[in-house]
Amino acid sequence: MTAQRTTPPPPPRPSSTPVSTAKTAPARPKRSPASRVAALTGHWAVRFALIVVGLFWLMPTAGLLSSSLRDRTEIASSGWWKVFDLNSSFPWVLNADQFTTTNYDALLSNDAVMESLVTTLYITVPATVLVVLIGALAGYAFAWLDFPGRDWWFLAVVGLLVVPVQVALVPVAKLFNTLGIFETTPGVVIFHTAFGLPFAVFLLRNFFAEIPRELLEAARLDGAGEIRLFTRVVLPLGGPAIASLGIFQFLWVWNDMLVALIFADGTNPPITVALQQQVRQFGANIDVLAPGAFVSMVIPLAVFFAFQRQFVSGVMAGAVK
Amino acid sequence: MTSASPNPPEQGPVGPVASAPGGPKPVPVRISVIRTRPWTAAAFLLPALVLLGALVAYPIGYSVYRSFFDADGTGFIGLDNYTEIFTDSTYLTAVKNNLIWVVLAPTIATVLGLIFAVLTERVRWGTAFKLIVFMPMAISMLAAGIIFRLVYEQDPDRGVANAVWTGIHDTFTDSSAWPGAHPRPNGDLAPSGGGSFTTKATVGSADPAALPLVGVPPREAAGAGAAKQAQPAEDGGVSGTVWLDFVRGGASKPGVIDKGEKALAGITVEAVRNGEVVASATTGDDGVYTLPASADGAQLRLPASNFAAPYNGVDWLGPALVTPSIIGSYIWMWAGFAMVLIAAGLAGVPRELLEQARVDGASEWQVFRKITVPLLAPVLAVVTVTLMINVLKIFDLVYIIAPSASQEDANVLALQLYLSSFGTGNNQGLGSAIAVLLLLLVVPVMVFNIRRLRRESRR
Repeated sequence: MTAQRTTPPPPPRPSSTPVSTAKTAPARPKRSPASRVAALTGHWAVRFALIVVGLFWLMPTAGLLSSSLRDRTEIASSGWWKVFDLNSSFPWVLNADQFTTTNYDALLSNDAVMESLVTTLYITVPATVLVVLIGALAGYAFAWLDFPGRDWWFLAVVGLLVVPVQVALVPVAKLFNTLGIFETTPGVVIFHTAFGLPFAVFLLRNFFAEIPRELLEAARLDGAGEIRLFTRVVLPLGGPAIASLGIFQFLWVWNDMLVALIFADGTNPPITVALQQQVRQFGANIDVLAPGAFVSMVIPLAVFFAFQRQFVSGVMAGAVK
Repeated sequence: MTSASPNPPEQGPVGPVASAPGGPKPVPVRISVIRTRPWTAAAFLLPALVLLGALVAYPIGYSVYRSFFDADGTGFIGLDNYTEIFTDSTYLTAVKNNLIWVVLAPTIATVLGLIFAVLTERVRWGTAFKLIVFMPMAISMLAAGIIFRLVYEQDPDRGVANAVWTGIHDTFTDSSAWPGAHPRPNGDLAPSGGGSFTTKATVGSADPAALPLVGVPPREAAGAGAAKQAQPAEDGGVSGTVWLDFVRGGASKPGVIDKGEKALAGITVEAVRNGEVVASATTGDDGVYTLPASADGAQLRLPASNFAAPYNGVDWLGPALVTPSIIGSYIWMWAGFAMVLIAAGLAGVPRELLEQARVDGASEWQVFRKITVPLLAPVLAVVTVTLMINVLKIFDLVYIIAPSASQEDANVLALQLYLSSFGTGNNQGLGSAIAVLLLLLVVPVMVFNIRRLRRESRR
């Protein structure tokens, strides 16, 4: 019994953050003044280019925000950048009096839009919880239980990682029709859960396999059964991977439009489908679309900014999904 | 019940979390931490396997089967659905566009990601920059689509892309002075083809030639100077006035410069004799022009360039440009993904190697080209392949951004699949064939993933 030898190290994080070597570079070679000037201008050129690109990247979103805060007649007659007085010197004067919350007031008192946000939540939360739970159960089995053909089963799951969602649309629509859950919220949840599973099983199995064997042995010696082992040891230690997976799945489902378009209840759709229905008359509906798109972005952006690290490691693990 | 399992997990994990180098961990006595209890395992696996089997694995088989049948699903038609994809022009457009997408989007996104990753290493606020570029990944393609519908709005007064583009365009080419201006019908000036106007009579030096125009909205001319009666030119030249022969209130006499009527400055006036331009002049702020003596006895022409409609920018979402425009929005969303992955790879490149090369006199470009890029090659490959798989399935952006008028020109396979199966197409056999096609295209990646996994688990 080798269980209580040493305190085992915590399982490593799945993200690879190699140690970046410190800035203490070896003694720099002597450089001619000319090359030093070139290096300096190069440095400023890089900064300038990055600032320009950064602004360029922000501009589309800024345009949406600015548009969503303007009156519909203003949107129709002039560009969103007219909120700045472009004749004034840089940085331009902002004519804040052009801004109005009318569009948002209208949106927030629009029952259909509010209900669609609730539907999105009703789809996203269960689909995330289920994927984590079912994925963790299977991940644990693949990592720590023995059964015939285990490796082959796992390879099969990994093979399903890259199956396009499109392959399942027609068959699953038929299947759900038979089961009577076509165009219902539970149907959408089940679809998202199934398609989240290959990645979930892959990620969690790899993470759980890194849990030191001694910890599990110790728990086993204390008389823990399979379920206790899973809930008391594996799940808590799997925290980081579960967080990555959860955030990834949450954003994926929240942002989905295609699956919802086909499988969601058309009279009670999630926000993406509700907005999509307005796109056909883009110009006429811009006073709904702009604030609506922004509201639909708020929660994913909040999640993104709050959990950047977990999101990034999820993205990295999910490369070649 | 055998405690010595053939594949104990201490062989190390598979996949990206590779086992630490330095050989396998010492395996102590094989006690039965791992119990061979197939029923327990089955219980743990059941939910996952049922869902995966019914919703992911079974559909693959059913799609293949369904793709051999017609729209009703009753008549077996062999490979006809597949032939149709590659012969019918609608589907061929989708195939062709998908090809453009798969080639352009991942390449550009990866190259931009590489450039951003390398450059942000050199500035202290690189993280802030990365955050800005990475942020669009968190939002839905629907929201991104709405954002870019706004960006690509045709009217330069509303779409920022065209506002910038026309701004650049007008900096380099003169825009016409008074678009839409024209003479009154039945006046002395008559249309002379191509949008220009010419006087019926010839002009002489004795009396100034008045050239009245209408058709300019009063508010646009509000800032112009008052029109002035021209004096007869000296030296036998020809003079006259071009003005807006209209004043609000209707007290305007045609052909006469009334009080309050505005001058049209910047109008080119050409003297034409026997079809050849012998002289030309431009009106001043008071609308007066003066031609030299050579114009005496010629006809006066106002060329079309005076009245051309203003440059209206590029039709971003028109048939010709719609696909590149949507690809632009995709790159806005996904360049951040490439950047973050490449930056992580870059952090693993040994600094000493780069510094050594610099000491040896290599330029920054050489260091980048000869050391950084080769070392990053595996990461670049992973990023590109991931983006390719992603782009293959592109749907939302195209569906949202392409206006109905150019949807057919922007068509891609995933969109056509949706339209065929659930939209107006009403042919799930064809939709299934497209699905199978998409699946076949990712099979190489599937095989690669599995082989990599097996290789790593064997180690």
